[in-house]
Amino acid sequence: METTTNGQNGAPALPLYTKKDFESGVDPRWCPGCGDFSIINQVQKLLPTVGVPREKIVFISGIGCSSRFPYYMNNYGMHTLHGRAPSFASGLKVSRPDLMVWVITGDGDALAIGGNHFIHAMRRNMDIKLVMFNNRIYGLTKGQVSPTSELGKKTKTTPYGSPDYPFNPPALALGAGATFVARTVDVEGAHMGGVLKAAAEHKGSTYVEVYQNCPVFNDGAYTYMTEKAVRADSILRMEQGKPLLFGKDGKKGIRFNPQTVHLEVVTVGENGITEKDILVHDATHEDPTIAFMLANLTGKPGFPTPIGVFRDVRQPTCDELTWQQIAEVKEKKGEPTLEKLLASGETWTVK
Amino acid sequence: MSTPATPSDRKIEQVDTVTIRFVGDSGDGMQLTGTEFTKASALAGNDLATFPDYPAEIRAPAGSLFGVSGYQLNFSSRDIHTPGDAPDVLVAMNPAAFKTNLADLKVGGMLIVNTGAFNAQNLEKAGYKSNPLDDAALKQNYKVFAVDISALTEAALQGSGLSAKEIARCKNYFALGLMFWLYNRDAEHEIGNINKKFAKKPPIAAANVAVFKAGYNFGETSELFHASYEVPAAKLAPGVYRNMTGNYATALGFAAVARQTGRQVFLGSYPITPATEILQEMSNLKEDGVVTFQAEDEIAGIGSAIGAAFGGALACTSTSGPGLALKSEMIGLACITELPLVIVNVQRGGPSTGMPTKTEQADLLFSLYGRHGECPVPVLAAQSPADCFYSAMEAMKIAVKWMTPVILLTDGYLANGSEPFRIPDPSELPKVKVSYQTAANGEAGEFLPYKRDAKLVRPWAVPGTAGLEHRVGGLEKDSLSGMVSYDGANHEKMVRTRAQKVANVVEDVPDVKVSGPEKGKVLLLSWGGTYGSVRTTAEALQAEGKSVAHAHLRWLNPLPKNLGAVLRSYEKVVIPEVNAGQLAFYVRASFPGVDPVQFNRINGKPIKTFELAAAVRELL
Repeated sequence: METTTNGQNGAPALPLYTKKDFESGVDPRWCPGCGDFSIINQVQKLLPTVGVPREKIVFISGIGCSSRFPYYMNNYGMHTLHGRAPSFASGLKVSRPDLMVWVITGDGDALAIGGNHFIHAMRRNMDIKLVMFNNRIYGLTKGQVSPTSELGKKTKTTPYGSPDYPFNPPALALGAGATFVARTVDVEGAHMGGVLKAAAEHKGSTYVEVYQNCPVFNDGAYTYMTEKAVRADSILRMEQGKPLLFGKDGKKGIRFNPQTVHLEVVTVGENGITEKDILVHDATHEDPTIAFMLANLTGKPGFPTPIGVFRDVRQPTCDELTWQQIAEVKEKKGEPTLEKLLASGETWTVK
Repeated sequence: MSTPATPSDRKIEQVDTVTIRFVGDSGDGMQLTGTEFTKASALAGNDLATFPDYPAEIRAPAGSLFGVSGYQLNFSSRDIHTPGDAPDVLVAMNPAAFKTNLADLKVGGMLIVNTGAFNAQNLEKAGYKSNPLDDAALKQNYKVFAVDISALTEAALQGSGLSAKEIARCKNYFALGLMFWLYNRDAEHEIGNINKKFAKKPPIAAANVAVFKAGYNFGETSELFHASYEVPAAKLAPGVYRNMTGNYATALGFAAVARQTGRQVFLGSYPITPATEILQEMSNLKEDGVVTFQAEDEIAGIGSAIGAAFGGALACTSTSGPGLALKSEMIGLACITELPLVIVNVQRGGPSTGMPTKTEQADLLFSLYGRHGECPVPVLAAQSPADCFYSAMEAMKIAVKWMTPVILLTDGYLANGSEPFRIPDPSELPKVKVSYQTAANGEAGEFLPYKRDAKLVRPWAVPGTAGLEHRVGGLEKDSLSGMVSYDGANHEKMVRTRAQKVANVVEDVPDVKVSGPEKGKVLLLSWGGTYGSVRTTAEALQAEGKSVAHAHLRWLNPLPKNLGAVLRSYEKVVIPEVNAGQLAFYVRASFPGVDPVQFNRINGKPIKTFELAAAVRELL
C-alpha cells in the first residue's frame, strides 16, 4: 500500500477483524488480578468494530504498569517517557491526521510528571483518545502516594498519611477543555465497553478515566462503590437523555437546586418530588458547567460516584484546523518549486 | 528627492573595508537602521557580515546602560568572514550607548553622536557627572562629528502633526540617511523601502522619508564631513544572492528538505531566545510542506517531533541551551528507538538562563555527552549564518540515512548575524533520501524492526503500512524483534551496535581541509561559529609570512578520519573557543599526545581577530 506522511493514504477495503487480530502474542505481564487485564480485553474487543484498519491505529504510552499496554497490542505502538505520552501523540496526530491515536496512561504518569502535557493535550482538542488507568497509587515503583490518592492515605512515602489533596481527574479534564470526558470501572466490563466505544467515535480530545484496582499495592480502592451490597446506591450511571436516577429501587435522583445552585440527592415520591424534578443527563451541552458539577460529586459525602460520559461535544480539532490552514495557504500561495523557495525574499545579482 | 544628481563636489574616497556600529536605546530602532544599511550594502555588491547585539529586556528603561542595543556591520570589497573586530565608525544615539561602546571604537575612528540626547537626565542615567563630549581627549583620539540628530529630526517634521513621541521615533532614519550619504548608497531605493515598510501608515512613512532625506542632505550641506566614502563591489562568485541570518537559513534549509523530498518536515518546538525565529520562520512556510507545532514546553517540543518521526515525518526541534538540557531524556529515547530527528541547539551564554541574547560555544561537551546511559549521537556545527542552511539539510540527511537523532549546533552569533547567501541550484544541494520499509524482513514473513543492514541501520516502517505493525520504546529491546529484553548480553550488543552505527557515519564526514601550509609551526583548529574570526586571523598571519594554518571542524561526532594526522603535522595546535576549552578537552581525549594551546573568551561576544593574532604571534 502506498503510504504517505500527509494523511492521504489510499484506503483499502477493511478486513473483518476479530479480537485476536489485536493481540500481539506477548502475554501481558501484569500481576494476577490486576484491573489492567479487563481494560485490554475491552479495548481488543472494541477495535474490530471501530472501522479503522489495524495498521492505522497507534497506541502510545508513558511509563508505569498501564504503559506496558502497547506491547500487548498488535498495532503500531510507542512506549515512551514518563508523563510525556501526550506530546508524542500530539506530534503524531498533527503530522498524520489519518491515524487513530490512543494514549494509555496512569494516574501518576498523566497527572503528576505529565500534568502539563495532559492539560495541553486536552485544551488543544487534539483528536487523541487518552485512557487513564486510575489505581490511586504508584504500582511500578511499589506503592507510593499518587496525585489521585485520598487525603490521609498511608503509603510507603506517606507513613503518617498523605497531607495533600487529590485531583478529581474528570473535573481537571473538563477544566482543561476536553471535549469528551468519561469515567468507567474495571469490574464493569459492559459499561467500559460502551464508554470506550463512545470514546472511539468521538473526534477531539478524549479523556476516559478507568477506576482500576491494583491488587498488590492498593487492593480494594474502589470496593466502597463496587461491592454488590453498596453498588446501586453508590454509583450514579449517567446515560444520555435519561434522568439521573440511582439507588436499589431507582427512586433516588439528582436534582439541580436553583436556589442553592447545587446538585442535591432527592427521592422520587418524597416531599412532592416527581421524576420531572430529576436532572436529565445531556453530555452534549456546549457549556461544561453541569458536567463539572457532576464530576464534583465524586467523593462528596452523601452522593454517588458518577460513571459514564460527562461531556461529548464536537468542535473542530487542532489537527483538523492545522491541515485546514495548510490547505488554505497552499490554495492562496500555490506550492512553490524548490527554486522559488530558495529565491524568495529580496535578492540581487552578482555578475 | 531634493538631493543633487551629483551629490557632492567633495571628494569620494575609496576604502576597501568598513565596520560600522549603530548603538542606541533598545527602542531607538538600531536593529532596523542596521538591517537597512546592510541591505543597501548588499545591493552595492559588497561582501558583508553583521552582528546584532541587544539586551535581553525588550524595552529596558530608556537611557540606561543595560538597555543599549547595537548592530555592527562589516562591509567590504574583499571576501570577509566576520562582522569586524572593532568599528571604524560608531554612531551613538545617547550617552549610555556612547559609554558602553566607545572603548571598542578604533583610535582615529569616526564617532557620530546625537548631541541632542546628551542632556542632564541622560548623562545622569549613564553615570556621567559632566558631558563627555566636552572632553578634549575625545577629539584627539577620534574624528568626532557632533550632530543634534534629535533637533534636526524635529525640525524636519515641523508641522507634520505627529506627536513628540512619534517624532522621536523617526530619528534613527536621520542617522541612516546620513550614513547613506557618507557611503554613497542608493537613497532612492531606500525611500522605496520605507514606503513599502510603512505602507499601512502613510503619515509615518512620509515622516520617515522626510527624516531620512534630512539626514542625507545634512551630510551633503553641513560641510561637517570633508569627504564621503565608497566601498567598491566585492568579487563575489556570480549568481543571485540574498541576505540571510543564521536562524532564517536554518528554517530555509529544513523547508528545502521538504521541497526536495516531497515529504513532510515537522518542527515541534517551544520559543526560546535565540532560537525562536526558526519556529517563527518555519511556521510561515506552510505551503512548502512544513508542519509546525508550538508545544507547551521544551520536552513536548521534542516529544512531538519524535512522535511525528515515528509517523514518517522528517522531524526536527529547535532550542537553546536550557532547552537542550530539558530535551536530553528525549534524545536518549530517540537514540534507543533509532528514529531520525534533528535537534538544533542555538547556543547562548550559560549555565542556566545565563546570557540569553549573547553568544557562546559552551554546549559542545553537553551535546556530545550530556545524556544518561551510553548515548552517542552525530553532532555537527554550522560555521556561518548562510552555512546554517546547508547544515540543516546535511543534519537531516544524516538523521534519515542512519536512523538516528542528530544535534546541529549553531549559536546566537550565527543565528542573528547575517551574510550574503548565494542561491544555489537545487542540484548543488545535499540529497536527503527517504525510504520506508514496506515489506516484512524476517525469515518467517514477520517484521523485525531492529534487523539491520550492513551499515547497521534499521528499517523505518511507518503506521499505515499493513503487516509491519510493531512497537518501539525506551526499554532495551531484542536485537531483532525489538521486543523488551532484559538480557545482559543483548544489552551490551545493542549498546555497542548503536555506538558503532554512529561511528559509521564517518563515511559521510569529509576529511578536514587545511588552509595554509600542510606542515608548520601553528595550526589553528576551530569549530562552529568562530570559523570567520579564526580564518580571518589565519589569513592575516599568513599575509605576514607566518607559518600558520587553519582547519575548521564541521563534524564533531564523528570526527573526520584525517584529523589526527593533520593535528600531528604542526608543532603547536591552537584551539580558539568561546568557552573554557571544550574542544581542547575533547581533542586531548581523542588524540592522546596532542595537547592544544587554548585560547578562550567567554564574554558573550565573537572572538576578536586582533586578540587571537596577538596570542598566536607569541607562540611563533
